[in-house]
Amino acid sequence: MLEHLPPALILLAGAILIGILRGHLRTAVVLLAPLATLWAVWQVPDGVAATIPFLDYVIEPVEGSPLRRLFATIFAGMVFAGGLYAFRLAKWYELAAAYAYAAGAIGVCFAGDLITMFLYWELMALFSTIVVWCGNTPGARAAGVRYAIMHLLGGIILKVGIEGVVVHTGSIDLQPMQVTNFDTWMILIGVLINAAAPPVSAWLADAYPESSPTGSVFLSAFTTKTAVLALIMLFPGESILIWIGLFMVMYGIIYALLENDARRILAYSIVNQVGFMVCAVGIGTEMALNGAAAHAFAHIIYKALLFMSAGVVIYRTGKHKCTELGGLFRTMPLTAFCGIIGALAISGVPLTSGFTTKTMISQAAANQELVAVYLLLAAASAGVFLHAGIKFPWFVFYQKDSGLRPKDAPWNMGAAMMILVVFCIGIGVFPNVFYQYLPYPVDYQPYTAGKVLFYLQLLLFSGLAFFLLLPLMRRTETISLDTDWIWRVLLFRMMKTIGSILAAIGQSLNDWFKRVSAYVLANASHHLNAEDVNNDKEPGLLARSRPIGRTAMWIAILLTAYVIAYYF
Amino acid sequence: MSNPNTDDHWLVRPKTIRYLWYILYGVLALTVLAQIFIKVKGYVGVDGWFGFGAIFGFASCLAMVLFAKLLGMFLKRDEEYYKEDETTEGGDNA
Repeated sequence: MLEHLPPALILLAGAILIGILRGHLRTAVVLLAPLATLWAVWQVPDGVAATIPFLDYVIEPVEGSPLRRLFATIFAGMVFAGGLYAFRLAKWYELAAAYAYAAGAIGVCFAGDLITMFLYWELMALFSTIVVWCGNTPGARAAGVRYAIMHLLGGIILKVGIEGVVVHTGSIDLQPMQVTNFDTWMILIGVLINAAAPPVSAWLADAYPESSPTGSVFLSAFTTKTAVLALIMLFPGESILIWIGLFMVMYGIIYALLENDARRILAYSIVNQVGFMVCAVGIGTEMALNGAAAHAFAHIIYKALLFMSAGVVIYRTGKHKCTELGGLFRTMPLTAFCGIIGALAISGVPLTSGFTTKTMISQAAANQELVAVYLLLAAASAGVFLHAGIKFPWFVFYQKDSGLRPKDAPWNMGAAMMILVVFCIGIGVFPNVFYQYLPYPVDYQPYTAGKVLFYLQLLLFSGLAFFLLLPLMRRTETISLDTDWIWRVLLFRMMKTIGSILAAIGQSLNDWFKRVSAYVLANASHHLNAEDVNNDKEPGLLARSRPIGRTAMWIAILLTAYVIAYYF
Repeated sequence: MSNPNTDDHWLVRPKTIRYLWYILYGVLALTVLAQIFIKVKGYVGVDGWFGFGAIFGFASCLAMVLFAKLLGMFLKRDEEYYKEDETTEGGDNA
């Protein structure tokens, strides 16, 4: 029975109320529903807290554990910050969709079985698509359709895997599994699609930047991190994830370096950061999983902060390209400050949350003596500083003077950003307060003099590299092709080619048919044509009238022939 | 960078920028020299060497920027590339 109300349902109820209520009441729901959810998250005890019989199964909609609570906490907290940021600007349906989307994410956090997980998973896909559509431009509508196709496809793959596991093992439990057969591969692929893993990473940078300034704040938080949580719960220590993660890390950096759109830079850096987490799940030790969870927590905060500062810029200026922005620090000091804090945190500068969480992953790699992984992660840390840490704030708030003098953030947006700033710094300065909420006991000290010095060298010299290489990074008004080119252009053109070939075949068949029917018609009329009163032409062979006597004679001849044939 | 009549913010004056460069160089030198006094524990051997973080950070950024530049030659397209106008060439890459 339902001893505990699933926290996701509270948020879902909030989403419905947002649609029903108006004015201050709606605002109250926007701000209180996430807090009520947060409270409920902390009421969930460890272990299965609710069961419902369903068909032949017992599903477990609420199962608690420190890991699940950690993710649910940051999701609920993020909904609050996002709601505060968005409530004066966003349309009610965008807020409602974002809250339902977040409810899906929180539902996945507490899902004790694969069926519950799948249901909430699809809830996320459904309502995140609506959030993308709320960008309300032709580009957003098209990107939303592509996004929906990708996620529904991912959902089907996941469903195929779940069905297989349920049929072959008889268990719907959500528990660690080995990727050894078709079923588990399908589940892994389905989850990885949501994590924006290769080869379909492109959906993220395609869809998120098309949403509204407020929508992208919500989108940045849930889908990919829910996938990370699912990976931690289902595939800890699956070594292929190390290399998938490292690829994502590098992919994010390279594409962000090529990018001109401010929010698309941030979108690529989500793939980059999720890559760190996926890699950590692949390493799979307690420290690595702690690192993945901690990094997901910290990442949601600073990435939302970055999207918020980009959102304020887009809201105030209506522009989103690096080539059109610049010099905004003059009139937007608060937004610039918040953006810079977010950028420092994502780069893992000491005293920020990125440092105390990301270095845990590197340490886990070092402890397992994964030399190449450790060095690639260090190189990637330098690359993060390059593409997000400096590039984003530099091109948006400094570089040239764009001549724009927009107003700074409205009070609610500023307040939401400042809350996140406090957490970015807080987790960086007091890591041990945060570490006690991680799933496993933490035996890790981020602040040793040697480690701080190593990362300072790494990051500061990346900064030097940025400014020295600035001429090479001149922004161009371009986009970069990605694997989605295969279906957006190649497959599209192939379909068009196939279509025109089929049309040509159809056309020639049609011509041939016309010729044949004309021939048949001509012959038929030659033989069958009745007497034409307007025409003195002789009627066709089978259409002529003949005297009755001639017919009688032919019958007599045939009968005679028959009688003769009968006697012999 | 310096637009004489409008760009009067102290942060963008050439003089300030020159000072900022000096400060950056000073800090960079300090972080490397500090390794004389602070031992950086090497987990995989090389990372404990003197100035490894500095060289590794700079070199990996250089490599990434150059690689991105190279890849950009093949992957960059006009912003309108995906826009519905299917009659335009579309740009098959070589």
